[in-house]
Amino acid sequence: MQNHADMGDEVDQVRAILSAVPDPEIPVISVMELGIVRKVDHQCVEITPTYTGCPATTVIETMIREALDQEGFENWSIKTVLAPPWTTDWISDEGRQKLLDYGIAPPPKGDGKGTLKEPSKTHCPQCRSSNVEEISQFGSTPCKALMRCLDCAEPFDRFKCI
Amino acid sequence: MSPQLKNQLYELSVRLGDDALILGQRLCEWCGHAPSTEIDLTLSNLGLDLIGQARHFLTYAGELEGKGRDEDGLAFERDALDFKNCLLVEQPNGDFAQTIARHFLFSTWQLLFLEQLAQTNDETLRAIARKSIKEISYHASISAQWVIRLGDGTPESHDRMMNGLDWMWRFVDELFLVQEGIEDVCENIGLDLSSIENEWRNKVAATLKEATLDLPADRKGIFGGRVGHHSEHLGPLLSEMQSLPRTYNDANW
Repeated sequence: MQNHADMGDEVDQVRAILSAVPDPEIPVISVMELGIVRKVDHQCVEITPTYTGCPATTVIETMIREALDQEGFENWSIKTVLAPPWTTDWISDEGRQKLLDYGIAPPPKGDGKGTLKEPSKTHCPQCRSSNVEEISQFGSTPCKALMRCLDCAEPFDRFKCI
Repeated sequence: MSPQLKNQLYELSVRLGDDALILGQRLCEWCGHAPSTEIDLTLSNLGLDLIGQARHFLTYAGELEGKGRDEDGLAFERDALDFKNCLLVEQPNGDFAQTIARHFLFSTWQLLFLEQLAQTNDETLRAIARKSIKEISYHASISAQWVIRLGDGTPESHDRMMNGLDWMWRFVDELFLVQEGIEDVCENIGLDLSSIENEWRNKVAATLKEATLDLPADRKGIFGGRVGHHSEHLGPLLSEMQSLPRTYNDANW
């Protein structure tokens, strides 16, 4: 029988494994940084989808399963939970910085409004100008909108606040 | 929960799941055909949200039914008579304005409905509603923006928008009867729909006014979707949607 110290170690190990599982659509950030891992406990990883129809959700679950199995955590289960609903406020600070470095304007922290209706202020990830316009309400994935910088003329993705 | 109430809860979940599934499938018909790339992306992504929501509602329906059917079983192995979506969502896309008219009328209702569903005491439906509200508030907003842009655009776009609304208008009364025949379970979970028709009419009237469009003339409403009596448009949609799993019934990703 495992003692409590071992179980704590296991949780830390699983967290470390998950920190190396990338988001399949935006591989610069991990599923931990994206904030979709809600709980790591009692041999169970709880994840939540970003959008109900996000095609990456199933891929993410498969990738987590493979990563856990590879490291000998076959007995851990994965559970998908819907409530509370995911918000961009759960993206970590490190995750936001990585998105910015990758060329995606990250959602400002604390701007998750529970609705996509009011886009927040966006800066160009290349030149930081706020003189930008929206080209398309949807970009390469449902969670992003396509923008253009009117100063440096670069197009870029904006992560929508939700 | 009594078997009778459980059966009604299954029925409610199927109605909501089918609304989302059929409208999602309709919107995806635009993929590769929309007037511009941006609109193509928009309509397909709106469809994707709805298909995601449909999966959650139908998964729950399958659990309540207890016959081992999952969301795919319910989506792909039922015939038209067993679908319980409202008639509005199965109407053909028509031109872009007609698609926008349908989406505006439906998502304005759907948002008000989900806000009520999010207050009920059924944990699963509440969770799906809270999740979906974030997405559907965007649908309602995008479609209202397009109604205004087309209505208050050129004489051509104005007429097309008006024609689209006229086509869809006979199907709106059915939206407010979503609880018909399953009133007991709606009361049991605390679903209060008493105020949404007024709110819907006010919202729609305000948007149409801004769009310089007249409210369509009231006409005799057409009903039947909730009991499986569908228009001639559902069959062809299902035959396309279900063709692959019905031809290769062990197919999977």
